[in-house]
Amino acid sequence: MRVAVITFPGSNCDQDCFRSVEVAGGSPSYVWHRETSLGDADAVIVPGGFAHGDYLRPGAIARFSPIMDAVIAFGREGGLVVGICNGFQVLCEAGMLPGALLRNRSLRFQSHDCHLRVERTGTPFTADYRRGQILRMPLSHADGNYYADPETLAGLEADRRVVFRYSNARGEVTGEANPNGSLNNIAGIVNVRGNILGMMPHPDRAFEAALGSVDGLPLFRSLVGVDVAVGAGSTREVA
Amino acid sequence: MSRFTVEVLVTPRPGLLDPQGKAIHHALASLGYETIEDVRVGKAIYLEVAAGSPAEATERVEEACRKLLANPVTEDFRVTAAAAGTKTAGAGTDSPTAAAAGGLR
Repeated sequence: MRVAVITFPGSNCDQDCFRSVEVAGGSPSYVWHRETSLGDADAVIVPGGFAHGDYLRPGAIARFSPIMDAVIAFGREGGLVVGICNGFQVLCEAGMLPGALLRNRSLRFQSHDCHLRVERTGTPFTADYRRGQILRMPLSHADGNYYADPETLAGLEADRRVVFRYSNARGEVTGEANPNGSLNNIAGIVNVRGNILGMMPHPDRAFEAALGSVDGLPLFRSLVGVDVAVGAGSTREVA
Repeated sequence: MSRFTVEVLVTPRPGLLDPQGKAIHHALASLGYETIEDVRVGKAIYLEVAAGSPAEATERVEEACRKLLANPVTEDFRVTAAAAGTKTAGAGTDSPTAAAAGGLR
């Protein structure tokens, strides 16, 4: 599984994502944002950081980087795309995922571990998790407050497109466990087709014991385990 | 072709939580401004645009707003064009506020 990791000026988690894919058994490569082709990539990761300085709105300028036309086309054709943190913001700005990420309710840059409840396992990104599994991994953002209009939000819930929700250590989805004010404690979602994932917390900072958690590794294992020859829809449905 | 100064006001959509506005509202209340009942924070963007008319400049910038300057999911925008050199609302640098702030520094 060849995984392209996009690097924008200001990306700072591209190396984390690269290493995560390596540890999971995939073959990562960097793609600079000025490139216009993803080459022979089977999947794409849009990593965290502060692409283009987060000026105007996080992701707003990155969304128009030359490589993004290729990423959008790749996603439209059913290619697997993961956006983490700033990458999630980029995918929302690009219209590849619904909604937007607003300033944290606290107005603070939040940087700490959080707990997530796995809401959905039948995706190319969560096949190696159990439904209801509780994960611990870092989050690190100022604008992670997920917002969508009521109709969009209802659609996300009805289609079970919320993949991760902020919870406490017991897996209870509560107001106190919500680090940023996200509607319905949403931490990660997929698109209608299920081939594009966006999430604010960092599985790429939780892939080996030395980092304090390995709970992010199954996400990369799921990703590199997808049989791309058959297509994204072929993953083991566990839900 | 003339040059126009175009002011873009980008504001959070009504009903959208605006934590920044809330924090400022709270600070104002603690300073005794109890009659200020709500605060919403947006941003102002000023562009210098070459165009044949204010309408043309406005139209061009509205397109840029839909594409980049505002996020249609969360923000509304308002565009006002004036001949360059004339004062658009808020564009003046010699407002009493600016002068007062300068005096403090």
